[in-house]
Amino acid sequence: MLIAVIVALAVGTYAFRVSGVLLRDRLDLPAWARALLPVGAAALLAALAATAALTEVGRFAGWARPAGVLVGVLLAWRRAPFVLVVVAAAGTAALLRLAGVP
Amino acid sequence: MRTPERTSGSEVLRDVAAIGAAIVAVGASFGAMTVAAGLPGWAAVAMSVLVYAGGAQFMAIGLISAGNPVAAVLAGLLINARHLPFGLTLGDTIGHRLRHRLLGSHLMTDETTAFTLARPAGTARRQAFWLAGTLLFLAWNGGTVLGVLAGGAAGDPAVFGLDAAFPAGLMALLLPSLRDRDTRHAALVGAVVAVLTTPLLPAGLPVLLALAGPGLIALRRLRRQHPPSGDATETPVANDPTAGGQGVSGPAGGVPAVGGSVAGGQAVGIPTAAVPVGREPAPAGQREEPC
Repeated sequence: MLIAVIVALAVGTYAFRVSGVLLRDRLDLPAWARALLPVGAAALLAALAATAALTEVGRFAGWARPAGVLVGVLLAWRRAPFVLVVVAAAGTAALLRLAGVP
Repeated sequence: MRTPERTSGSEVLRDVAAIGAAIVAVGASFGAMTVAAGLPGWAAVAMSVLVYAGGAQFMAIGLISAGNPVAAVLAGLLINARHLPFGLTLGDTIGHRLRHRLLGSHLMTDETTAFTLARPAGTARRQAFWLAGTLLFLAWNGGTVLGVLAGGAAGDPAVFGLDAAFPAGLMALLLPSLRDRDTRHAALVGAVVAVLTTPLLPAGLPVLLALAGPGLIALRRLRRQHPPSGDATETPVANDPTAGGQGVSGPAGGVPAVGGSVAGGQAVGIPTAAVPVGREPAPAGQREEPC
């Protein structure tokens, strides 16, 4: 039963991935539609980042995480190196939790 | 990040390594959590190798241990439906040989997509895809094995603030592309819609709703190119009372593949006159979502 769940999830997930990749070849998209694809991907990634920053299982994630993310985004905005962005975001959230912020 | 202006592969390697380190730790917590839930260690490893999608894996382990395997599959697939539009976007980046496309498809994740799209199109982008794809796959699976071996000692990644590292990393990679007005608007609307609908909808759907923005742009574009083809223009969107209902219940009815391909799908269906009629209710309903 466990194997069936894993295989079903694996096959379905791969089907999503590979069908997008293979479809791209089959479709003769006009230039404007090709230009819109990365816009759609950016919207998806922004939605992922925003929900991951603010929510946990459908509810507010607490203040430490969004505060950490905000610090990271501000650093990225000021063109700080990517490594610093990631470490500062994690460090801020960790320190806030250490200080008792949920 | 300034990534578009930079071309050095070693800088990409360093940036990927930063996220990779965080992914090792989260992978370890996935392995440890699976074992702690009473499931065998091989299940954690098999899932990480074969499914390779963190959010869906955590969700699935939770639902399996709660005795709900069918829900584990459905919820996991709903969360992963976004990979279809990612695949459409990255399709011409991965490579043109079939085996590259088949293998590369499996390496596609949110982070890999973000790293790839942050590079200028061409060789640099292809290299970024394979570098990020390979390293992050190794990081996730190495982490999972470590977590299974370490068991409870793997700890909670939230203690180290790693839950803040991923959204911050994604946003940093997205920032340069937000200079483009259409992208900025789509990203902003998508983020707001997803956050507002997260408490109301099953996991995965709110993120897919972010495609409503680009979908509307595509629709507008199509209308400009094919002006008033019959009566399918203004009225259905403006005042069809059923449109909203269909838009809301449609996605909830579980058609992630269709919803996920809204942007691409509309782009495809230009020639047929019948397509706009059928398609209009969905974006109209989605546009009503944020209200």
